[in-house]
Amino acid sequence: MQWFDALVQGVLLGGMYAQYALGMALMFGVMRIVNVSHGDLVILLSLIGISLASSFGFGPVTVMVALVPLAVILGWLLQKAILNRVVGDDPLPSLIATFGLSLALQNLMLQIWSANSRSLPGGGIESKSIQIGGIYIGLLPVIVLAFAIGLTFALDLMLKRSRFGRALRAAAADVEAASMTGINPRRVYAAATAIAVGILGFAAVFQSLRSTVAPADGGAQLIYAFEAVIIGGMGSVWGAFIGSMVLGISQAIGFRIDPGFGVLAGHLVFLLVLATRPQGLFGKG
Amino acid sequence: MTAVLSTHGLIARYGDFQALYGVDIDLAEGEAVALIGANGAGKSTFLRAVMGLLRVAPDMVRLKGQPIGGMATDRMVQMGISIVPEGRRLFTGMSVEDNLRVAVDQAQRMGRKGGWSLARLQALFPILKDKARTPVESLSGGQQQMVAIGRALLCQPSVLLCDEISLGLAPKVIREIYAALPEIRAQGTAVMLVEQDVGLAQSASDRLYCMLEGRVTLSGRSAEVTRDQIGAAYFGGSHAVV
Repeated sequence: MQWFDALVQGVLLGGMYAQYALGMALMFGVMRIVNVSHGDLVILLSLIGISLASSFGFGPVTVMVALVPLAVILGWLLQKAILNRVVGDDPLPSLIATFGLSLALQNLMLQIWSANSRSLPGGGIESKSIQIGGIYIGLLPVIVLAFAIGLTFALDLMLKRSRFGRALRAAAADVEAASMTGINPRRVYAAATAIAVGILGFAAVFQSLRSTVAPADGGAQLIYAFEAVIIGGMGSVWGAFIGSMVLGISQAIGFRIDPGFGVLAGHLVFLLVLATRPQGLFGKG
Repeated sequence: MTAVLSTHGLIARYGDFQALYGVDIDLAEGEAVALIGANGAGKSTFLRAVMGLLRVAPDMVRLKGQPIGGMATDRMVQMGISIVPEGRRLFTGMSVEDNLRVAVDQAQRMGRKGGWSLARLQALFPILKDKARTPVESLSGGQQQMVAIGRALLCQPSVLLCDEISLGLAPKVIREIYAALPEIRAQGTAVMLVEQDVGLAQSASDRLYCMLEGRVTLSGRSAEVTRDQIGAAYFGGSHAVV
């Protein structure tokens, strides 16, 4: 029963990781842009959300309604101002540019919000739970998982079926050939990054409801997102979702073995996948 | 006949290396023009320069008299110039149908109308229907070339540039592909064929240009130029074809 409980909690934790991983699946998995500031953006958005809540008394839903459009604008600006200048076959320039951005963001956040941990008041929703056959299931983690499934479904459908999704996949496969087919790659990439960061708007609200956030926390989110995308396989949105589940379950089971072993267990499973199936569970080739 | 596409003293460089030295080439509506020349003569560079993939001055390329040189490549497509690029450059990881659909999508977005539809293309190259769901990378070279041509046509071009579409293909497949040319031209589309195969270029075109070291060394009606003239223009000096 203890292990089954760990499995359930792992799946729920995976729902949170999936929300970090989806944007990464789009940017790193499809567009091959390495965005080192991914985690810092989650934290930045979280802190903005917390400030909105404390200044204007917004509830979590209102914060989400305000934060997601803001995240979309932030993503669009990120691509327009920085990434479109460095995008190309070589992944190094985007890595260096976003690494610089990551440092700048962390220091900016320290300046504005100090190093204290904060969280978003959820009005009691964060402590509600339901009991099913001896297992307690938190209401908030269930909502997080539901959102993760919904977002994964929508993103996958958009990539596969929409005009924008086809244009993005074409640009990711061959930027020059895409422009020869009438696609404006910069515009498509700006929209894609806007969507990727927009998803982080949801992640930010849930992250700051579930636990606390502090300016230096972005690194962990970045690593989990990378690991989930690589476990699942580059270019596959559902792969990133499953990768998040694998990571969540590994950590939850690790925690049951030894509370200090949880995060490490996730990393070990990631390394195991990298060693035995480097293309990821759903990757091709 | 008035030119739909024309270049005027077109100059292009790769860094410090000058690749084109004042190239004047024109294409009329519905006309097929061949561009021949040895490797490194500047044929592909010419196409890249026209498509806005190299920096050129606006006046050097004109579409129906309007200066368009150096505009972004996607704007060129929007104005009616399409290219079948060297090496096909298909979107790997996507199905045949999705590769073509990208072009349909963009033509729709740009408001370009024309006679080409997915169904008509599939009638021209039936393999595109049979293999619609197949990933493009698992197609044969000839089938991939048909996808590349289809993708360019679905952009509804008034000018179609073809870069070495016969390269590396079996003679039977080349015939199949070139057999589509009359139907493309019947649409009023002007076609420029960059070709290695001189005989093929001559028989498929109304007029031809021969390039050598970044300059046009011969131009004339394809049916009228002689093998000796082409040989001299192709290799320079007083060489002749044996």
